[in-house]
Parts: sequence; structure tokens; C-alpha cells
Amino acid sequence: MAVVKEKHAMPTQEPQVRAHNFSEVALGYTKEIAIDEAKRCLNCKNRPCVGGCPVNINIPEFIMQVKEEKFEEAYRIINQTSSLPAVCGRVCPQETQCESKCTLGIKFEPVGIGRLERFVADWHNENSKEAPEAAKSNGHRVAIVGSGPSGLTCAGDLAKKGYKVTVYEALHTAGGVLVYGIPEFRLPKKIVAKEVETLKALGVDVEPNVVIGKTLTIDELFEMGFEAVFVGSGAGLPNFMGIPGESLKGVYSANEYLTRSNLMKSYLDSPDTPIMKGGKVAVVGGGNVAMDAARTALRLGADKVYIVYRRSMEELPARKEEVEHAEEEGIDFKLLCNPVEILGYENADDKRDPKNGFVTGIKCIRMELGEPDEKGRRRPIPVPDSEFVLDVDAVIMSIGTSPNPLIKNTTKGLEVNSHGGIIVNEEGLTSRNAVYAGGDAVTGAATVISAMGAGKVAAKAIDEYLSKK
Amino acid sequence: MYKIATKKVLNPTVIQMEIESPLVAKKAEPGQFIILRVDENGERIPLTVAGTDKENDLVKIIFQVVGATTEKLKHKEAGEYIQDFVGPLGVATHTDGIKKVCIVGGGVGCAIAMPVAQKFHALGAEVTSIIGFRSKDLLILEDEFNACSSRLFVMTDDGSYGRHGNVCVPLNEMLGAGEKFDEIITIGPLIMMKFVVEAARPYNIPVTASMNPIMIDGTGMCGGCRLTLDQDGKKVTKFACVDGPDFNGYEIDFDEAMSRGRMYSDFERHAYDEACNLFKGVC
Ligand SMILES: Cc1cc2nc3c(=O)[nH]c(=O)nc-3n(C[C@H](O)[C@H](O)[C@H](O)COP(=O)(O)OP(=O)(O)OC[C@H]3O[C@@H](n4cnc5c(N)ncnc54)[C@H](O)[C@@H]3O)c2cc1C
Ligand SMILES: Cc1cc2nc3c(=O)[nH]c(=O)nc-3n(C[C@H](O)[C@H](O)[C@H](O)COP(=O)(O)OP(=O)(O)OC[C@H]3O[C@@H](n4cnc5c(N)ncnc54)[C@H](O)[C@@H]3O)c2cc1C
Ligand code: SF4
Ligand code: SF4
Ligand code: FES
Repeated sequence: MAVVKEKHAMPTQEPQVRAHNFSEVALGYTKEIAIDEAKRCLNCKNRPCVGGCPVNINIPEFIMQVKEEKFEEAYRIINQTSSLPAVCGRVCPQETQCESKCTLGIKFEPVGIGRLERFVADWHNENSKEAPEAAKSNGHRVAIVGSGPSGLTCAGDLAKKGYKVTVYEALHTAGGVLVYGIPEFRLPKKIVAKEVETLKALGVDVEPNVVIGKTLTIDELFEMGFEAVFVGSGAGLPNFMGIPGESLKGVYSANEYLTRSNLMKSYLDSPDTPIMKGGKVAVVGGGNVAMDAARTALRLGADKVYIVYRRSMEELPARKEEVEHAEEEGIDFKLLCNPVEILGYENADDKRDPKNGFVTGIKCIRMELGEPDEKGRRRPIPVPDSEFVLDVDAVIMSIGTSPNPLIKNTTKGLEVNSHGGIIVNEEGLTSRNAVYAGGDAVTGAATVISAMGAGKVAAKAIDEYLSKK
Repeated sequence: MYKIATKKVLNPTVIQMEIESPLVAKKAEPGQFIILRVDENGERIPLTVAGTDKENDLVKIIFQVVGATTEKLKHKEAGEYIQDFVGPLGVATHTDGIKKVCIVGGGVGCAIAMPVAQKFHALGAEVTSIIGFRSKDLLILEDEFNACSSRLFVMTDDGSYGRHGNVCVPLNEMLGAGEKFDEIITIGPLIMMKFVVEAARPYNIPVTASMNPIMIDGTGMCGGCRLTLDQDGKKVTKFACVDGPDFNGYEIDFDEAMSRGRMYSDFERHAYDEACNLFKGVC
């Protein structure tokens, strides 16, 4: 049988339509497409794809089940190693992970592993009647700080083993970046809500509105009877560039912009939380966060949205599919450009002019790529006298985060590295006895799957530690 | 859900409530704040902890009705519930080594200043308080301030009660007469705090200002609450929710803070009108 050279296309909403709504862009494979795509897999003996997945999902095994139309069986195989397949199937950067190692990818397009994973997870969520059941209690109590993918995964794995787990979350809704950062059109919130419901059915207590380091400290958690703590508190505070004009009205961090739109639902028609809508918007940065902010701005009614990124398309760190979707939707990529100043309106004659202090533009300088740096990425250098101004009404800064010192400052003996990330060993154990950590709080901003993986590793280590105790 | 245990109307636009929240009640210190949401889909708004009743797990808040969310909260009664209540957030007002302090509060800022004044009093410091209001109808907490201050000046802009004039009048008089304070702590409208700083500048008296920028998460995640400090000629960005809300008054860029505070004024006016329509007749 001849090999189908290309991945089966993902059905999507038309670009012109989806640019004006918040419904999911990618609609998912149908049963028929999924089976056909599964047939492309060569079921390689050496399974290179598995090595590309940070949690080593048994990829060929689950794909063979899809081929046989045994979707629940496929789900069971994925679920042995991944607890958030509906999420990871949607948001993993597959092109640099599992799919980058696929044998088929040497000559043709790789197997659509992520798309199949998503199909299986969605099928399970729709069709499975299996209700999760709380395991028999083993009497041990574990506290989890933060309800992002690392915390939720650690909580789930421990609960299945009979631990009494409490998840403490600073915000009013559980899910971490999955609810406040990644927008609805890429990851519907009901998927995350379902994961949280499943955890609750497993007996996990989810306590929103508790900031560890403020409401309670880690030491107090131990005093309350918890025997181990996992910290999955995420990537932290947004960075700014330190250029003039960053305090003007209309300058947001991507975190603030996305939180207003997603968590506070200002994308709905009559929310209580305001956000600037319409006009022209520049998003500074090139990661997933920048793409999400840009596409959110478009959907909120912007007439024109720019991505301003200092390197070229090749170095753009966002998921490939998101970049393609953004381009199709009409986002204008200003590559090899770096902002030097944000310009604002100032009516010197009338201090009370309500337009005073609002953004009017962003001044950028053109860049060219020089010698590669330590990481092998070519360093961008400014081209002299190449400044130009983009007229915009809002600027969204999406240039990374630095760790939140809240937990470090209130936990004696918890060591962090020079970047502020919590230091852990290969089991996720920190410098404090019985305190484990993982996810972005340890690595800095990374991926959902790596955070989930870290939650799993820590859950295993916590189980070993407490079962010996 | 968090229960409203008590409710008291202090003046036509200022309301006091006690909310049941054992964890916050146990921890909160003067100068810290909470963030609440009245209902599902509601906005997150910060309010200062105006006191705690640790025995009964209660946290006191005092708020002025200025917009949609505070309007909604005003219509909640004792026995009813609010959706979310998280805290205590921010850094508590520092009191170390301060023996003689002047507290300058304006409007609803007096509610924020009150627990700070009480704490200094309890620590044995000499407390001078200046509280200012637009008019007599808006006066709040006079008895509470009287109880914890060795000297109290009540000012009204229109002269309808206490002394006529703004809070800087008695402050200037005292400072001009050679009075020294270890610290001046000011809480109120930005423009008032800016003038308090200017009043103190010639005398080199440290001023702490309690800032109230627009906030969302209150945990340092969004950066919306940022303000700019001038530290020895260097511009430094700080997040009020985790680094503050108290800052060295001499370093704060008040003009920028005032401008940023007006970012959503159009939207807010609209939302307020809508909330008022919702409660037509009672508003
Ligand atoms: C806009 C955006 C888009 C992204 N897109 C992708 C993508 O397409 N693919 C991908 O793989 N990755 C993506 N990422 C990255 C990915 O979401 C993160 O790497 C991942 O969520 C990290 O998980 P975590 O569990 O470490 O932390 P988070 O998801 O950050 O969760 C941490 C949680 O802890 C809570 N918390 C923090 N401090 C405290 C405290 N003191 N007490 C109590 N709770 C606390 C926070 O409120 C938060 O809910 C994206 C990130 C963003 C922001
Ligand atoms: C640390 C801190 C402590 C505070 N303590 C108190 C207090 O004890 N009592 C009190 O009455 N008020 C306090 N405030 C101000 C209070 O948060 C706002 O009055 C409230 O958010 C207004 O919400 P609204 O929807 O009713 O009005 P809106 O219509 O949203 O706004 C009306 C006015 O309030 C300002 N405002 C709006 N949203 C916020 C926000 N999230 N944070 C700050 N200001 C905002 C606007 O700039 C506008 O001037 C505090 C603010 C901060 C930051
Ligand atoms: S979890 Fe991510 S990397 Fe692993 S198989 Fe699924 S899509 Fe690929
Ligand atoms: S490498 Fe590709 S073709 Fe081979 S088993 Fe994995 S997914 Fe199938
Ligand atoms: S309120 Fe979001 S960082 Fe302070």
C-alpha cells in the first residue's frame, strides 16, 4: 500500500470567520479521518517518536488501537503516562517533540500524533461513561500549591494512590495558565473544567482564593498535618523592556491582557472587567503567548494587529500551527524589528485632555542577524538609523516572565537558582525536606507537557517517600 | 462563598461590612488588603483590611461606592454571600522604630488609615491624625480616630464640620512650627498624597504613601498595578500588589499613577450607569 505523504488536514473554522469569534479554531479529526491518519503510522519497532515525547507516551501502541477503531483502549494507553491528553493533543509543540522524531517525517510529513491524541481524548470525554472513583484512603495528606498542569497532574496521580490531596490556588478558578493564559479559541475552558471535576471526583479538595506565602505558609501547611508539599506555582511576574513609554495607558503585559480577556471574561459582551478593544495593536514578542495575545486582540475587534519580533521567522519560538493560523487570520508580522520607545499623546496646552497619556505609536529599529550566541541562535543587532514608527493604540508586551519570589521569601531553606527558579533534584525534591516542586516554577516558562511530566515525577517521589515513612 | 456577617452604613456612600474568612482574619495586618468578587463573572476589586475579629473569623472592610462593583456590593445584606475573598495581600505597614507618627487620611482613605493608626497606638507610639472630607455628610470614623490619636484634626473642604480647608493646612502649621515626626503616613486621593509629600519635603521627614492602582490578580502575575519609582535618579518599576501598597512618597511618580488610574474611566462610567439601572430607584 502506498504511503499517504501528507498528514490529514485538520478541519478548521475559516480564517475570515474565526478571526471574529472565540470558538475553537481547530475542529478536530472525525472518526474516519482519525482512522485514516492512524493507518499512516508504520508501527516502527524502534519507536523513535516515543523518545520525542517528554512523558514517553506509547505512541505506536495507541495509534494501532485507533486504526482498529478501539478508541477507549487507545485512551487507556495514553492515560498510563499522560493525564491531560485533551490539552496536550491541542497545545504541545509537536513539531519539535514527538512528530520531529517520526520516521515518516524523514521523507514525508510525520504522523499527526498530536491530532490523534486529541481525537482519542475528545472521543473518551464524549463517549466514556466510566466515572472516576476515589481510591481507598491511605491516611496520608499532601498539599499542592497551584492548579496549573503540574499541580493538577501531581494531585491526580497521588489521589489515585489513595492520598488525601488539597490543591491551593491563588486565583478564583483552577487551571493555571490553561484558564487565564491560553485563550478559548485554542483550548476551550470546558476541557480544563472537566479535568478539575475529575480530580474532585477522585477526592481531591480544590481550595481557590488561597495564596501560599500570604494566606498560609508552607511551614503552616506542615503544621496543619500535610506530610509533603508540591509547589507548582508557575512562571511568575511579567517582564517589561525598560524602554520609555511603558507606563502609558494602553500598554499591557500579555499576562494582564490575556487574564482580562480569558479569566475575567472581558471577551464576552457584558463583562464587568474592562479591556481596550478595537484600534491598532502591536504585540512585542514571538512566543505562544505573543500569538495568543495578537489573535485575542483581533477577535476583540482590532482593525490591525502587528507582531513585533526582533529575529526572523525561523527563530520564532511559537508553535508552528499557531503562527500559520495567525498569518491566515491577517496578523502582520514585523520581523527583525525591536521597539525602542512607546509614544503617547500629550496635549501640553490642556492637561485635562482625556486623550493625554494614551499610546499613539511604537518606535522600532530594524535588526539584522549577526554571529550565533552560546545557544547557537544568531544574535540580532540593530541597524543604525533605521528607526520607524508604527501607529498603534495599544502595545502588549510579551517578552517573558521572571519567578515570583513570594514562596521563596516565606519558606526558610528553599533554595533558588540565579534566575529565581526553585532548585530541585531529579525526583523533584527541593532543598527542603518533603517539599517538592515542578513546572514553570522550576524551569522558567516552558510547556504544558513538561509541567505535567514534572508533576508526575514528583507524585512518584512523594509516594515513595511517604510509603516508607 | 463568603458570608457577610454584618453591614453598617457609615455615610451615604461609605459602607462597612464584616466578612467571614477564618484564614484572612487570622493573618491580616494593618496595611494589607484583600481582593473580592461579588458574584460569578464579577470584577476583582481590592479593598483594605480595616480590622479583624480573630475570635469570630471576621474581616472588616470599608468601601466607598464609586462604580459598578462597589454598587453591587452595596446591595448585599448581612447574611448574604459574596463569591470570592482572597488575602491578606501586600506588605503590612512597617512600624519598626517609629515613635512619633502623623497619619494623614483623605475621604475613604481614612478607613485604610484607621487600622494603621490603631496599630501605632497599640505599640505605644505618639499618634497625630489628620482626617479630611469634602463635607460633614461624608465624615467617617471620627470616634475611632479620637480613641487612638493623641491629637486629631478633622478637616472639611467646605468648612461644614471641623476646620475649614484641606489636610495640608494643619500639617503645614505643625511642620512650620518646628514639629518633628519620625514618619508621615498618608492614604487618600493621589493628588492629596502628592501635596502631603510636597509639604514634608522641606523638612526632610520620611513620607509613606499607600497606593491604590488598578489591580487584577494581586499576586504579581499581571503587572497591571505597576508604578514607577525614582530611586536616586534611576527609574524603577514596582508592582503595588506585591511590593506595596506602601511606598516611599518621595520616589513615587504621582502624575503617572494619576494618569494610569484613569485608563478605563469611560468604560467605568458606562458600567456604573448600567449597575444603577439595575438597581433603579434604590441607587
Ligand atoms: C498565553 C500562553 C500560551 C501558552 N501556550 C502554550 C502552548 O501552546 N503549548 C505549551 O506546551 N505551553 C504553552 N504555554 C506554557 C504553559 O502554559 C506553561 O508552561 C504551563 O502552564 C506551566 O504549568 P505550571 O503547572 O508550571 O504552572 P501554571 O500553569 O502557571 O500554574 C500555576 C498556578 O499556580 C498559581 N499560584 C502561583 N503562585 C501561587 C501561590 N503562591 N499560592 C497559590 N497558588 C499560586 C497560579 O495562580 C496558577 O494558577 C503557554 C503559556 C501562556 C502564558
Ligand atoms: C490596595 C488597594 C486598597 C484599596 N482599599 C480600598 C478601601 O479600603 N476602600 C475603598 O473604598 N476603596 C479601596 N480601594 C479602591 C477600590 O479598589 C476601588 O474603588 C474599586 O475597585 C472600584 O470598583 P468599582 O467597580 O466600584 O468602580 P469602577 O467603576 O471600576 O471605578 C471607579 C474608580 O475606581 C478606580 N478603580 C477601578 N478599578 C480599580 C481597581 N481594581 N483597583 C483600584 N482602583 C480601581 C477607577 O480608577 C475609578 O477611579 C483600594 C484600592 C487598592 C489598589
Ligand atoms: S503529549 Fe505532546 S509530545 Fe507527547 S505524544 Fe502527545 S502531543 Fe506528542
Ligand atoms: S515514528 Fe512515526 S511512523 Fe514510526 S511508530 Fe512513531 S508515529 Fe508511527
Ligand atoms: S495586580 Fe496583577 S501584578 Fe499586581
